[in-house]
Amino acid sequence: MAGTPSNHPSMFKNPVLNWVNDRFPLTALIKTSASEYYAPKNFNFWYYFGSLALLVLVLQIVTGIFLTMNYKPDAAYAFGSVEYIMRDVDYGWLVRYMHSTGASAFFVVVYLHMCRGLMYGSYRKPRELTWIFGMLIYLALMAEAFFGYLLPWGQMSFWGAQVIVNIFSAIPFIGPDLAVWIRGDYAIGDATLNRFFAFHVIALPLVLLGLVVAHLIALHETGSNNPDGVEINEGPKGNRWSKDAPADGIPFHPYYTVKDILGVVVFLMIFTAVVFFMPEMGGYFLEYNNFIPADPLKTPPHIAPVWYFTPYYSILRAVPPLFGSQFPGVIAMGLSVMIFFALPWLDKGAVKSIRYRGTLYKSYFAMFLVCFVVLGYLGVNSTDVWGQFGDWSSFLDTKDRATWVARVCTVGYFAFFFLMPWYTKADKTKPEPARVTMH
Amino acid sequence: MSEPVNTSRRRTLIAATAVPGAITGAAAVAPFVATLAPSERAKAAGAPVEVDISNLKPGEKKNVEWRGKVVWVMKRTAEQLAALEKIPASQLQDPKSEKANQPAYVNGATRSISPDLVVMEGVCTHLGCSPTEKATPGELGNDWPGGFYCPCHGSKFDFAGRVFTGSPAPRNLDIPPHKIDGTKLVIGIGQDGKEA
Repeated sequence: MAGTPSNHPSMFKNPVLNWVNDRFPLTALIKTSASEYYAPKNFNFWYYFGSLALLVLVLQIVTGIFLTMNYKPDAAYAFGSVEYIMRDVDYGWLVRYMHSTGASAFFVVVYLHMCRGLMYGSYRKPRELTWIFGMLIYLALMAEAFFGYLLPWGQMSFWGAQVIVNIFSAIPFIGPDLAVWIRGDYAIGDATLNRFFAFHVIALPLVLLGLVVAHLIALHETGSNNPDGVEINEGPKGNRWSKDAPADGIPFHPYYTVKDILGVVVFLMIFTAVVFFMPEMGGYFLEYNNFIPADPLKTPPHIAPVWYFTPYYSILRAVPPLFGSQFPGVIAMGLSVMIFFALPWLDKGAVKSIRYRGTLYKSYFAMFLVCFVVLGYLGVNSTDVWGQFGDWSSFLDTKDRATWVARVCTVGYFAFFFLMPWYTKADKTKPEPARVTMH
Repeated sequence: MSEPVNTSRRRTLIAATAVPGAITGAAAVAPFVATLAPSERAKAAGAPVEVDISNLKPGEKKNVEWRGKVVWVMKRTAEQLAALEKIPASQLQDPKSEKANQPAYVNGATRSISPDLVVMEGVCTHLGCSPTEKATPGELGNDWPGGFYCPCHGSKFDFAGRVFTGSPAPRNLDIPPHKIDGTKLVIGIGQDGKEA
């Protein structure tokens, strides 16, 4: 076999591997996606969350499959079947708590992963499509979480779905019919539960898996970004593994697989601690009102979405109705999610990474993060959480302080995006290094 | 042997297959979209509901399920009716209920057939939560005359279901067709005999 190129199929001593490689590019796939995929050598803490998101996806799929074996998607039995899983199925509580904690963990990991993308400009040319696929994953994930939340058929399940579906009825002209079509009934009921189950367990997981594959293919086409935001593919060539590979790249396997395993171990320590000791997370992961069966006649005294939706929910609440229609709030909420898609084209900065951005960008970015967190905090609370303004404020449409703070934060949130073409251009950036740095 | 490619014929053939293909595809999707609409059984489930109102005391509210929604049947006290009249029109989005969804036979500020007995959907016109009764005057700030508060997004309504300004709800609570027949209330059939 002398003289065969390194990726020739029949190169191994193992005849089974050779047999497979003659028929399926197994070794070639491993090489292009791992052992000969060169990633920048300066990845830091923020680069754990992509692989962790993949881990949580697998956890959710596996625990989900086992939950469907005992769950009944029927308005008469759903709530009881979840309690049955919790009490009578051996280790059913573990599988269910893993799934419910996994939902929140998914959003924790994805928000950190997105924050990394924002900080280091990973969304920018040439990785726009990777970012768009990532955003589509995020949308699918939100839909997945929303559909899944109805399934336990508790009070929060029911009223959460009621509010979200009614958001669609605010769309002018077609809205009310659209809401009926989504529900499959004139009110949230058995038909709604059944179809949400179908979307949650089969339709969206398939979409999600397809998008994850597309996200990774696009990433591997351009190569990963890094904390310095400089392109290793444009730098010098040749490292100790290959003379054609970027000098600042190291093989994903074993270097980053080993690093990611460390991340997985730490993540699982935190994850299992939550699953075993505080699966409800003080009402943030599993809301207390959801331990009451759905009652179409009575809304719980305080309703709020699960924490990962609350920034957007706050924006919905903050926008006052205009011309007797709540549609503007719905538009603002939709836009607050969709605007992320436009990021690659809104950012006109001379550099990608926050390390070399100027004070102007950093200030806007800090303001965005504060607004996002404050909106999230206000979204889990009722609008009177910070009390009311005094009598001087009677000319305002609402005296609730929190509503006004939410309005200010909504403006701040959108300012980060809409003013981006200007402040990124005006920003006094520092010079980028020619090659990646290691600090 | 090899002829030059006739691009215009090729384009016509591609269009001739692609367009009918797309139409067929769209037609194949239609039945799947249709399965998501309410079934015949769901449509048939909207029968009128009868409620016995003989033992309803002043200030008491009954929750009745009609078409999967909650309908409030409430007998208001004299104080509550008096409080309704004192609310300045400037505090209400639609004091005369001109934009409200309500049958023609309920009139006036009380929004009811007989002044004390009000029948309305306990469904916030914002996003469909069911507001909570906040009957005590002053319970929500000094000038609160008593009424309903939606826990979801903070909309406020008076005891006639009229929405206060500053609420996200765009209109007064809906009033379903109903008729009163002695001690019997029927929801779903109007005083004028019209069905919902």
